[in-house]
This record gives sequence, structure tokens and C-alpha cells, in this order.
Amino acid sequence: MTGPKQLGRHDRNAVPEGKTALGKVRGLGSARHGGDHWIRERVSSAALLLLGAWFILSLLLLPDLSQATFREWLRSPLGFVPMALFVYLNFEHSLEGVKVIVDDYQGDEGGRMMWHIVSLFLHVGAGALALFALARIAFGAAS
Amino acid sequence: MARNTARPLSPHLTIWRWGPHMLVSILHRGTGMALTIAGLFLLTWWLLAISGGAAGYRTFQDFIGWAPFGLPLIKIGLFLLTWSFFQHTASGIRHLIMDIGAGFELRTNKMMAYATLAASGLLTVIVWALLLTRAA
Repeated sequence: MTGPKQLGRHDRNAVPEGKTALGKVRGLGSARHGGDHWIRERVSSAALLLLGAWFILSLLLLPDLSQATFREWLRSPLGFVPMALFVYLNFEHSLEGVKVIVDDYQGDEGGRMMWHIVSLFLHVGAGALALFALARIAFGAAS
Repeated sequence: MARNTARPLSPHLTIWRWGPHMLVSILHRGTGMALTIAGLFLLTWWLLAISGGAAGYRTFQDFIGWAPFGLPLIKIGLFLLTWSFFQHTASGIRHLIMDIGAGFELRTNKMMAYATLAASGLLTVIVWALLLTRAA
């Protein structure tokens, strides 16, 4: 007889050869972190509700839509801070949303992984670019 | 993971009687994708244009005003994007209400779905009326 342990033929807890009981179940169940993604999507949506209203109202209330007006607005604390949060949370919320769509429509496990990575790279890349632009407006030389 | 194509799929869109809740659910995804692709692209470009020189900002403005054959295509797109924003926001609020377990009664659910469509249409028209009636 080989195997890690001598077991009776009808032992329901029989461990297959070369695998421990822990190895058999590892990765099969919830890691208790599944709710995190769901919560993050909703918390960012609540914040975007406020920031979205601020964004639309600001565009309507600014004296005009010229580059100089936008610059002056985004260099002030009440323009820069909400805009930085608006940009960050838009990209975060979008990333979470695309994740759900990929999971729903891409049945193939490898394809799913690939689309998640493509989406992550695009979101982080474009988000960083947008935040860089905002920083350049706020901290760059006044024009 | 290979799928056995000989196995039947569960019945999907085609067998259900259409209702506003179905339409709103589909629109939530569609508008979400529109906001991701067109919205985040324009937001990033807009900030970059403001941060750079006058020429770059003019390129951005020219793009927004692009009107082949007198048809302001990009502005029409922006109008639809504004509607996407309000529709996604309104049905997002509906989802938050349903997440706390409320609004599942048939009549209430249907009314809330219709309300998101009414709200998004109304708000889009109001915002664009205000935008177009003031000096750019």
C-alpha cells in the first residue's frame, strides 16, 4: 500500500494520493473579500453623485468656457480639490464597472484575465495622465 | 475553459416580455460603457488641453466644434454623453435604493424605472438649454 496514510475503503474523509486535506479545498471557497469590490463600486457612486452635480453646476456657473477661466478655476482650492477627487473616483468607478462587464460576458478564463489587465492598464494610465494634467494646471507657472 | 456548444443555453432576452426595468438595466450598462470610453477620454484630453498652451486648447475646441457638412457631430455626441451621464446617475440611484432592499414591488419598480428615463431626458434638455443660451 502506498499513500500518505492507510485508509479504510469507505472512509468519507479519504485524502487522494499526493494531496493533503487542505490542498484539496484550498481556492475553492470564498476568501471573504468578495464584498469589497461590490462595496467600493457603491461608495464611489455615492461620492460621484455629489461630485457629478458639482461638475455640471460649475460648468453652468463659470463666466465662460475659455482656457483662462478653466485655469483660474482649477488653480483655486475649491476647483482643484473636487476635480482631483472627481477624476480619481471616475476612473476607480469605471474600472470596477468594466470588471463586472468583463466577468459577465467573457466566459473564457484566460480571456477574462487578459481583459482585466488591459482595462487596468488603460484606467491607471489614463487616470495618471489626467491627474498629471490637473497638477500641471494647479502648480505650473501661471499664464 | 472549453464550452460544450451542443448543450442548450438558458433562454435569454428573446423570451421575456419587455418592460421598463429591462430597458433601464440594459441602458445602465450601455451608458456606463459610453461614459468610460468617450467620457473619460474627453475628460483627460480636456484637462491636458487646459494644462498646455493656447494652440493645444484650440485643437480641442476645433474637435468639439467639428461639423462636417454643417452637422455638429461631436456636439451631438456630447449631448448624448450628457444624457448618458444623467441616465446612468438616475438608474444608479435606483440601484442604490434596490440595494437596501426597497422598491421591489412590481408597481413601484416599474414607476422608478420610468422615473429614471423622465429625469435623464429632462435634466439633459435643461442643461443644454442653459449651455446654448449663454455666450461661449
